[in-house]
Amino acid sequence: MRRRKVLTGLLLFAGSLAGTIFYRRRSAARRDRVDVYFEDGSMLSLAEGSPEASTVLPLAHRILETARR
Amino acid sequence: MDAAQALADLTEISSQIQAAVILDGDGSIVASTLDDSRARELAEATQELLAKVRTSAGSDRELAQLEVSTAAGSVFLVRDGSRTIAATTGPEPTVGLVFYDLKSCLRSAAGAEKPAPKPRARRQKEKAETDAPA
Repeated sequence: MRRRKVLTGLLLFAGSLAGTIFYRRRSAARRDRVDVYFEDGSMLSLAEGSPEASTVLPLAHRILETARR
Repeated sequence: MDAAQALADLTEISSQIQAAVILDGDGSIVASTLDDSRARELAEATQELLAKVRTSAGSDRELAQLEVSTAAGSVFLVRDGSRTIAATTGPEPTVGLVFYDLKSCLRSAAGAEKPAPKPRARRQKEKAETDAPA
């Protein structure tokens, strides 16, 4: 009986650890980005870390802050 | 429907949109869901954002819409004619739906300001009939 309880506890711990790792990896993968769509139908995606995105992202953060204040 | 009413309808229809402002071609505020000071700040930041994006993308292409996605939320810009609507949402919005709602809002606002058609002049024949004694 005691062995079974220990096993259940271990399984619960392993499950929650796996869930936490999965969630943190997923969050880390979701990076900031800028998607620009043009009238000619073309599209440009600027990923976080690119020089173009680094000028646009602070302004977006400013807009979000202003809207939530 | 005026621009303020179009924005009110937008925030009622789309629960994802937290704040929105409509700007004219010269950057002046047409309508906003925020108070005056915050609307002005948002308008200035939007104008700066547009300028930066134009610089990054090159001047040969005209911007139609954009989404800046961050962990804290997203910023959307949609242009229709001379007007621009800027809106903010929470993280991971339904992008297509937000763009659709913003375009509809801009069109509603623009449609309201088209002049009403002038009443047609009565035709000569009709006039003659009404003028004739019974």
